[in-house]
Amino acid sequence: MILKSLPKKQIRVFLVLTLITIILASAPWWVSRADIRLLGEFYSFLALAVLWNLLAGYTGLISVGQQAFVGVGGYAMFIVTAKLGISPFLSVPISMLAAALIAGVFAPLLFRLNGAHFAIGTWVAAETISLCFFMVPELGGGAGMSLPTDVVKSIASSRAMREMTIYWLMLGLGLGTIFAVYALLLSKTGLALMALRDNEIAAASLGINIWKTKFVMYIAVAAATGAIGAVIFFQKLRISPESAFSLNDWTIIIIFIVVIGGIGKLEGAIVGTIVFFILRETLADYGVVYLIVLGVFAIIIMMFSRKGIWGMFEEKFKRSLLPVTREP
Amino acid sequence: MLFEENALTVTELSKSYGTFIVTNEISFNLGKGEALGIIGPNGAGKTTLFNLISGTTNSDKGSIQYFGQDITKVSARQRCHLGITRSFQVPQPFSGLTTYENVLVAAAFGQEISEAEAKDKAVEALELTSLTSKARQLAGSLTLLDRKRLELARSIATAPRLLLLDEIAGGLTETECNELIELIMTIKNNGVSIIWIEHVLHALLSVVDRIMVLDFGQKITEGKPEDIMKSPEVSSIYLGLDEENIDGQ
Repeated sequence: MILKSLPKKQIRVFLVLTLITIILASAPWWVSRADIRLLGEFYSFLALAVLWNLLAGYTGLISVGQQAFVGVGGYAMFIVTAKLGISPFLSVPISMLAAALIAGVFAPLLFRLNGAHFAIGTWVAAETISLCFFMVPELGGGAGMSLPTDVVKSIASSRAMREMTIYWLMLGLGLGTIFAVYALLLSKTGLALMALRDNEIAAASLGINIWKTKFVMYIAVAAATGAIGAVIFFQKLRISPESAFSLNDWTIIIIFIVVIGGIGKLEGAIVGTIVFFILRETLADYGVVYLIVLGVFAIIIMMFSRKGIWGMFEEKFKRSLLPVTREP
Repeated sequence: MLFEENALTVTELSKSYGTFIVTNEISFNLGKGEALGIIGPNGAGKTTLFNLISGTTNSDKGSIQYFGQDITKVSARQRCHLGITRSFQVPQPFSGLTTYENVLVAAAFGQEISEAEAKDKAVEALELTSLTSKARQLAGSLTLLDRKRLELARSIATAPRLLLLDEIAGGLTETECNELIELIMTIKNNGVSIIWIEHVLHALLSVVDRIMVLDFGQKITEGKPEDIMKSPEVSSIYLGLDEENIDGQ
């Protein structure tokens, strides 16, 4: 249905994306085990960055509390697999539901706040949720818990097979997020999101339902973040409130990625994730220097190109990887 | 001039911020197809009146009837769907979108139709406002005149029945201004009712059927343009001919 109404350019993008997915899906046969793990991590950051960008870049909801949904997704997976004996694969949609539910509870409160107040509000909400998990002894309290062996085995019997399965799940989520967000931007809702990104006052006066658009996006992003949380902790096999609700890992780094890549453009989040992983892998051995370089890098980008690396490229070459421009 | 039907009936509309009254019991009518001009010094409450009519600000007292329907409590978005559209004093384009996409947003969401259906209406609005050649250009790179045209194109694309124009002629050259007047006349001749706030009086006078004068949030007077321009109230407000009168307000 959608494909029929799409211009050739966009059909080509979908075909290329599918091709890339197929090539990456075959990676376990030609990439080392350590690199498979790294790639898996790359996909999870990619998905988180694309989602955070959708929220902050398009709807203007600057959340510094997305770790809440990674954490809730991760914990929901642990609870339903370890405590209720539900299949790990079924736990992913359950994690989505749990994260969406939590977002639905907090959204009406948070949406009363604007700008910086909203940002702080999301952070406080995430901390509150995190503290709740500290207080549950059945889940190991502050120390956390490990995924029981029988649950781990039910993902796949051999270790190699399990790593491959988790890799495919990560790949599915990472590229699935790009597919979904791209399709969304090509839809009528996407038009509203781009209008909202550029000018909220005008968008409201032209009949766009701002509150509803923001609310739906907030819930959808939370649900997808919850799914990623579940899969991240498949790989980690251990969860604690500190790792599950880590502000640094699941939000600050993601903000860094989106800001250097280019906020408000789908390609920005992708480019940012690639640049971040290159920086991280080349500088990881230098300890503190690595963080200093990241910081300096972010400052330089913010001062000289507020639209990020992708924005700079786009301005210069007038090309886009994932075109969303409507033709008259 | 007589108009068969009332497009808008505003009754004793009031709005204050704290003790500061910005709109003080303003009442007026607007016929279907009529163009009403609003003049008055800065701070007279003109833009606030627009905010109240378009629904971006809620009134404290009074009522607004729109084609017989009470819209006093209706949201801005729904008023847009009912056909009330405004242009902004400072153009508010979606700068990262093309001119065409800007108008497409207005048609698709203003009329609540699908993107495919909105396409023709957007193209039409671009043609009417002579923006077709700039359809693919980013709205952020348009000149002032084109941005003002874009404001109008977006308004037209929502299929308005009541158009609120906020100082759209300001900052334009004589020729540009005349082009804009022609465009507004075309919209008017299509049966759209218009309320126009404007400081550029000659532009206003060439379009409107009636003028209302506001000052200190109150309606000072209203009437035919030629009578209003001769009235002592307008002279005192605009030219300061009788300063005692102003102090006496």
